[in-house]
Amino acid sequence: MYDVIIIGGGVIGCAAAYELTKYNLRVALFEKENDIATGTTKANSAIIHAGYDPVPGSLTARLNVRGNELAHEICKKLDVPFKETGSVVCAFGEEDDQTVKELYHRGVQNGVPGLRILNKEELRALEPNISDEATSALYAPTAGVISPWEYALAFAETAVVNGLELHLSEKVTDIKENTVVTEKGEYGAKYIVAAAGVNCAEVEGYVKEPDYVLKANKGEYFLLDKSAFGIVNTVVFQCPNKNGKGVLISPTVHGNIIVGPNAEAATDKTDVSTTAQGLDFVRNAAYKSVPSLNLSTNIRNFAGMRANTNNEDFIIRFVSPCFLSLAGIKSPGLASAPAIAEYVCELLSEAGLKTDKKESFTDSRKVIRFKELSPAEKDEIIKKDPAYGRVVCRCETITEGEINATFKTPIPPVSIDGVKRRCNAGMGRCQGGFCAPRVLDIIHKTLGIPKEKILKDKEGSYVLSGGAL
Amino acid sequence: MTDVIVIGGGPAGLAAAISARDNGASKVVIIERDTCLGGILNQCIHNGFGLHRFKEELSGPEYASRFAGNLENIEVLTDTMVLEVTTDRVVRAVSRQHGYMELSAKAIVLAMGCRERTRGAISIPGDRPAGVYTAGAAQRYLNIEGYMVGKNAVILGSGDIGLIMARRMTLEGAKVHACVELMPYSGGLTRNIVQCLEDFDIPLYLSHTITRIHGKNRVEGVTIAKVGPDRKPIAGTEFDIECDTVLLSVGLIPENELTRGAGIPIDRRTNGAFVYENMETLSEGIFACGNVVHVHDLVDYVSAESERAGAAAAKYALGEKALGRVIAVENGEGVSYTVPQYIRPENCGKTASLFFRVRNVYRNVRITVRNGEKLVASFNREHMAPGEMESIVIPVSLMGDAEKLTVSIEEVK
Amino acid sequence: MAKLICIVCPKGCHLTVDETTFEVVGNNCPRGAAYGKTELTAPTRVLTSTVKIENGEICRCPVRTKGAVPKGKLFEIMSALREVTLVSPVKIGDVVIQNVCDTGIDVIATRNV
Repeated sequence: MYDVIIIGGGVIGCAAAYELTKYNLRVALFEKENDIATGTTKANSAIIHAGYDPVPGSLTARLNVRGNELAHEICKKLDVPFKETGSVVCAFGEEDDQTVKELYHRGVQNGVPGLRILNKEELRALEPNISDEATSALYAPTAGVISPWEYALAFAETAVVNGLELHLSEKVTDIKENTVVTEKGEYGAKYIVAAAGVNCAEVEGYVKEPDYVLKANKGEYFLLDKSAFGIVNTVVFQCPNKNGKGVLISPTVHGNIIVGPNAEAATDKTDVSTTAQGLDFVRNAAYKSVPSLNLSTNIRNFAGMRANTNNEDFIIRFVSPCFLSLAGIKSPGLASAPAIAEYVCELLSEAGLKTDKKESFTDSRKVIRFKELSPAEKDEIIKKDPAYGRVVCRCETITEGEINATFKTPIPPVSIDGVKRRCNAGMGRCQGGFCAPRVLDIIHKTLGIPKEKILKDKEGSYVLSGGAL
Repeated sequence: MTDVIVIGGGPAGLAAAISARDNGASKVVIIERDTCLGGILNQCIHNGFGLHRFKEELSGPEYASRFAGNLENIEVLTDTMVLEVTTDRVVRAVSRQHGYMELSAKAIVLAMGCRERTRGAISIPGDRPAGVYTAGAAQRYLNIEGYMVGKNAVILGSGDIGLIMARRMTLEGAKVHACVELMPYSGGLTRNIVQCLEDFDIPLYLSHTITRIHGKNRVEGVTIAKVGPDRKPIAGTEFDIECDTVLLSVGLIPENELTRGAGIPIDRRTNGAFVYENMETLSEGIFACGNVVHVHDLVDYVSAESERAGAAAAKYALGEKALGRVIAVENGEGVSYTVPQYIRPENCGKTASLFFRVRNVYRNVRITVRNGEKLVASFNREHMAPGEMESIVIPVSLMGDAEKLTVSIEEVK
Repeated sequence: MAKLICIVCPKGCHLTVDETTFEVVGNNCPRGAAYGKTELTAPTRVLTSTVKIENGEICRCPVRTKGAVPKGKLFEIMSALREVTLVSPVKIGDVVIQNVCDTGIDVIATRNV
């Protein structure tokens, strides 16, 4: 019998696991895929929003602002790449100028620190490549960019270190009162927390017909080469207006530029394909903010699914006495994750879960990133482990030592993309063209999996069809 | 101190190092990131290399061995990755064996080669399953490791590596359903169209492209459409092919991260460093050669160019600087780039060689070199195509006091 | 008249070959004339592939036919190559299969392993 079972290994489920393992509780997390952070968590804008956007007084407003505050702290503790770049919401004309003012007031009401309205000149000083058409902007210094999957991994790995029982590749198929039914077995729990992302309605439906309508929404992106870095310094948003929310251009923590997304109502929530129309839309919209943006430096397109519902706010409440559902966690879900986790603990505690703090909770994590080491440190680590002297991913300068280290983490990878999410090998401009065969070889040797069984990512994504005849 | 450090042990680096030694450099070092020398030639097991140089049709490894067997008095650091090069000619590198190293040299030759363009570079829409590879990655899996990447393939792009892989996969029992080329002409050598596609009845769709990749986890198929003169897909011409693999042969990009890091100016047309007649970059004492400067189609030419770079690097290391006035070479009608971009006539000997690519397929035209309106030289050609590198040799005596020369393609008068 | 593209070298000359006299027009060298005739009478190709190798630093050794072999025998030779397992050391030029599939041509290694 578990105290709490969490359903879903996205950033929300992982953050909840991290928070719950601070207490003397037996916690398990079930994820249907072979790794954590493979859904919405790995395919979004990677922004820790400041919190001026949500309607004042809403749950989202509160959790966003609190989540932003916590992110600063947690990323330091758990060694997650995070940069407080700040963000600007750009106005293009008088109507937008009004919106910027409204957003400013919202932000102040929400308790967002440091907000400022920039005039045209101030905006250009901050963002020299911004379009001449931009008339003013809302500047939010506390907004930042993060590596979303590393954030989720940091939560989950720390949770595992502190006793979380992680069940990967185990899809939950039903919930019967206090029992979670999966493909592999049945597990009892005092409380069940569903953090199923775009599958929130399906999972909630095991208990009770949802009282909201899921309106899954797809967004497509460009990820530009590092040579484009510097084109913007902050997260550059456009004012939401009658034509839509606009697209953003933002640096990433890894030194790339991300551009997107569009917003397309999805008929199939598993369809995260990109489309010519969607990419064209993003392209054209992005030029509005930065006309000199060079999209020919694109290294990857991707699309992510967002768990939008007919309710603007996050939907977090008990659906049955033991079933807490986290539904409609769309943007700013990533920014709110640690605050949602705190809130989950509060709600469970109020419902009667005994929450005694553990005496010893490991609240730190360290990742060796070779390229960030000083020359002396580089030399030292190679002398200690020669594998750090061999660069496997040349675009990102990721060494064999770093790849080997991923297999010694609390949640070792099982696929090439799993390795990528943990140490960035294959993230660069050649997109694994050079290093994937080498990473595949390391997986083969480390895990003893035959090469033709090794996956790129999810189940079924085999890389090789077999030995040559 | 080292006379010449050569970065890269592929065909360019090998030829440059040997040439530097043969031209009097006493300490020459090759730094190679792989565990063996030869670079991409090791996986290019097909024949056709060395016809110009050795009058023989060698396979890639055989061609490489002709150079790798001639490295006496050259120090080779394999399994060593260069992290940084500076314009004061310091090279920072790491290896398993030596840890972090800082090496200084009188001259440096950049010979890092190129890499393949990927799916992202051309933004093919659709799903993102496993089974989409650059042709070179598939070649490595097959020829070095002995693994097939798939059984039913469609190849996008008719670059030589793609054509070679079409034949190679067919011989290994796979079905190659089509080779799809965006342009109205092939990007590869004509002989490869014949012996890699036609020999095996693999259809070549010119003026077509892949508009969508299907398959959630592994490739299940592609949608192909005809493109118009604007190279945009024409609605209504789409058709699907079921396959488990998409190979991309859509161009090569010189690998100039180190060059950029050093702040050496790069030509947007070649994606390689600007170079003078002796392959010296605009940063004195740093030379570049092979595919890191511009993408070649024949390794024989890489070797020849690299020998010039190696010789010049040795000369520089021995204290002889290349000086004199500079003529800029400009692109006229129909020419997409030239290498070199600058000529110092006093440093040329009697002639200067120019290498370039054209923008279109041409028949019976002439290549002209002009100083303003004045014709300096002209060369007739029966056939030219963007896929084939062209070269001309201009007598220095004809350059006169020109400040710039313009190379163009013109009608035969 | 048959139209061919010469594959002897990268130039790719456009040949016209008389199907009865095998006279070749359009070639830039004598090898092109020979190619034109052979291609129409008994086309041949050089085959390159790899074979398994044990105890080497790599597990595949590249090989090629030392000369051109009948085009129709390419797949048969591929099958023959699948049966071969070399043991390191192997040197460039070492014969891997003598007179492969009765073509009179040897298959040789093209890399030192």
